[in-house]
Amino acid sequence: METTANTTADLATAIAHGAIGGAIDPFTFRLAIFVLAIFVGYFVVWGVTPALHTPLMSVTNAISSVIVVGALLAVGVHSVNDAGWASKLFGFIALVFASVNIFGGFLVTQRMLAMYKKKG
Amino acid sequence: MIDANIAALLYLISGVLFILALRGLSSPRTASRGNTFGMVGMGIAIVTTLLVASPSDWLSWLLIIAGLGLGGAIGAYMARTVKMTDMPQLVAAFHSLVGLAAVFVAAAALYAPEAFGIGVPGAIHAQALVEMSIGVAIGAFTFTGSVIAFAKLNGNMSGKPIILPFRHYIHIALGVAIIALVWAFTLSADPWLFWAITILALILGGLMIIPIGGADMPVVVSMLNSYSGWAAAGIGFTLGNTALIITGALVGSSGAILSYIMCKAMNRSFISVILGGFGGDTSSAAGGVEDDRPVKQGAADDAAFLMKNAGKVIIVPGYGMRRPGPARFA
Repeated sequence: METTANTTADLATAIAHGAIGGAIDPFTFRLAIFVLAIFVGYFVVWGVTPALHTPLMSVTNAISSVIVVGALLAVGVHSVNDAGWASKLFGFIALVFASVNIFGGFLVTQRMLAMYKKKG
Repeated sequence: MIDANIAALLYLISGVLFILALRGLSSPRTASRGNTFGMVGMGIAIVTTLLVASPSDWLSWLLIIAGLGLGGAIGAYMARTVKMTDMPQLVAAFHSLVGLAAVFVAAAALYAPEAFGIGVPGAIHAQALVEMSIGVAIGAFTFTGSVIAFAKLNGNMSGKPIILPFRHYIHIALGVAIIALVWAFTLSADPWLFWAITILALILGGLMIIPIGGADMPVVVSMLNSYSGWAAAGIGFTLGNTALIITGALVGSSGAILSYIMCKAMNRSFISVILGGFGGDTSSAAGGVEDDRPVKQGAADDAAFLMKNAGKVIIVPGYGMRRPGPARFA
């Protein structure tokens, strides 16, 4: 009975997908996210005052160290062979570099912005 | 420890926080809050990754804590001790690290593809190979480009543009070679080709930045910033990670727009700056010593803001009016 239920469910899913032209590849979703984020980035920085160019550049730099996510995944690799160890090592190096950038980037932005603070 | 769907939502939250950070940084009033948003977003991204793909053994945890601690300490030390006037080169230096990190992450994905869910060694999905090689090429390019930008800003290297003969042909040849290697790598997944792409991109990064003058360096740093965003997005596609894709696209486009805005503020042509005099706009670089110095320009808002905070304001009439006049040629 259970198998029949599952088959029916699968069939239903297949039909639902069929109705909108087939299942969508995850890549397509990611591409959509990517394109929309490009537009967000485009509109968000228009109108920045020239005095804030350097801090904005610095914070963008800090944010780009989100690559640390990939580094963390690589360090967490379960090493069973040489390739696994190589991956772990590469991940660790990337993790150190990205961490320098995260802490350094945000702190340096904070220092720059402290100069803009209103006095008194 | 947590569901992949919850992780995706948390990554989305950190992406939104990054958007708020960039938005906040465009006005002096909200800038400080924007920076805080950025830090919180980064914190969420790191914690989410550790929760969703918890390392199973103690060694991995040790390495993660050591890596974060070591890198964090170095970064914090540099940020605290650097002189305010050395800020642009510090940003360039930090930048080179992002490029290098992207290269190493791509290498890690190549050697242990099963850990990233992109296939097994020797049989990585072709799509992942394309994304990976784009990520590594841009990452390597960003690294050497940023190192040259750092050296020029820091005075380790002359700020004068260094013009090699036939440089455009060399750049194009290298670019074509990289594309050919990416194509070959996609077909064979040979690690040798991966490193060849890396080396060529490293050379190209250096060569592309050398012909650009010191005064244009802030624009270059911002442009490299943009490239590192695209590299992060490329690797985000490889790993199927939305945080990397959103942030990469965000940094990529905002960095490009920011460098365009900076060019406008300096009255420079964007294309000629990026291509290092490709458009024939080398006249300003060759036109005299004064043009090689950075120009500080402000909008009315900045002037109001600075004067409001200033103890004393000295107004020197005449200087700005006389400057562009015929007296210059006398």
